[in-house]
Amino acid sequence: MSRMLTDGKDLLGIRELSRAHIELILETANSFKEVSGREIKKVPALRGRTVVNLFLEPSTRTRTSFELAAKRLSADVINFSASTSSIVKGESLKDTAATLEAMNADLAIIRHSAAGAAHFLSRVSRLGVINAGDGSHEHPTQALLDLYTIKEKLGRTDGLKIAIVGDIAHSRVARSNILGMTKMGAAVTVVGPPTLIPAEVEGMGCHVSYSLDDVLPEVDVVYLLRLQLERQSESLLPSLREYAGRYGLSARRVGLMNPEALIMHPGPMNRGVEIASEVADMPQAVITEQVANGVAVRMAVLYLLLGGGANG
Amino acid sequence: MGFKVRAKILSADDMDRALTRIAHEVIEKNKGAAALAVIGLRSRGHHLADRLQTKIAAIEPLAQPVGSLDVTFYRDDIGKKLRPEAFQTDIPFDVTDRDIILVDDVLYTGRTVRAALDAIMDFGRPASIQLAVMIDRGHRELPIRADYVGKNIPTAGKEDVKVRLIEIDEVDEVVVGEPDAD
Repeated sequence: MSRMLTDGKDLLGIRELSRAHIELILETANSFKEVSGREIKKVPALRGRTVVNLFLEPSTRTRTSFELAAKRLSADVINFSASTSSIVKGESLKDTAATLEAMNADLAIIRHSAAGAAHFLSRVSRLGVINAGDGSHEHPTQALLDLYTIKEKLGRTDGLKIAIVGDIAHSRVARSNILGMTKMGAAVTVVGPPTLIPAEVEGMGCHVSYSLDDVLPEVDVVYLLRLQLERQSESLLPSLREYAGRYGLSARRVGLMNPEALIMHPGPMNRGVEIASEVADMPQAVITEQVANGVAVRMAVLYLLLGGGANG
Repeated sequence: MGFKVRAKILSADDMDRALTRIAHEVIEKNKGAAALAVIGLRSRGHHLADRLQTKIAAIEPLAQPVGSLDVTFYRDDIGKKLRPEAFQTDIPFDVTDRDIILVDDVLYTGRTVRAALDAIMDFGRPASIQLAVMIDRGHRELPIRADYVGKNIPTAGKEDVKVRLIEIDEVDEVVVGEPDAD
């Protein structure tokens, strides 16, 4: 059972959310999207609350997006990054949490290279916790903003066919999105080289294909993952050029797709690898809309966790 | 939790007449309708705002923009009460230098209006904000009053007033009653 909206403390993963939870978040995000278009892009909803950005792995866009979301809700934001904090002096995550608690922070947004770090933080501290990416486990707010963007552009999620392309095995974005999209009634096919698709992935309710050309004509959304270039040194890929040739979304491949279908990417893009540069700038590519929606969705999550009070 | 109706205070015709009177009062007080804009509070005030705007436009045929405002994120009871459902705000015009007629169904503690005043100020600097309500039921907790009132209904603390609108409740009426615990 999810803790979200029951004790209103944490967002640890999409796995913990029901479809009703996801729908509530997406509807609330709708209200916040309008706030970002105002002259004064700020509402007082979380005045007096303190949110800590605990980013122990490099990230610019997710951290900035959360910071902006918290500030637009009038919360106070403290940024804590690995290189400038006492983490480098060997302080444990548990002690860091105790320190933040002693300073009366209300919620921590954590990015960590270890899977389960957010769950651990939630267990050892009173702070509310939002998982902003833990190892190759989950990245729930990314999946939520992707669902929001799909619903905004296509009007629904039920019955859609979605291909997630790339390094499925190492991607928390893929995992959260497979869980979220299937919960919202979409049919997901993961596409990539066999070395980058985990053996048990069908257990998450998706199909597997090794051929992008076969899948493209049928899909409503093609979701490209960032190829983590550091994986190349693990000999999982013959070469970047071969990957781009087989699994990169080129202009020719876009021609195979339904012209209404969306092209999505969580960023940052490797232009010329998983996505051809001219494809990234096509009107079907909603990559900058994903970024804009990210702020509204994160505002909704912060508001639902911190603005909630005692409801069940 | 249900609601036990004790008396019907206003019929559909009564409500319509009250809105017609308010429309005339608004025009009289503002010496015309040139700089007016109507903003209704979600969700019932928003429908009343549409109706009031139509009536004002019928008397003074100058287009007055109408908007709707959700004050959820400006409330002072966030974290204390049930999390209220948030609706979308839609103010498709610049409020600066306009005379804003803020419309709600029931004026009670005044806290919603306080939140609405803050919210409107975030959109610009109106020339004035005036408050129109269908029902004033008393029990104010803040120094706020209505400029235009459909009907004053002094209520006891336990009583509740419901304004029902065709658009939401399939009937136009105002009833007074008590929460029914079944």
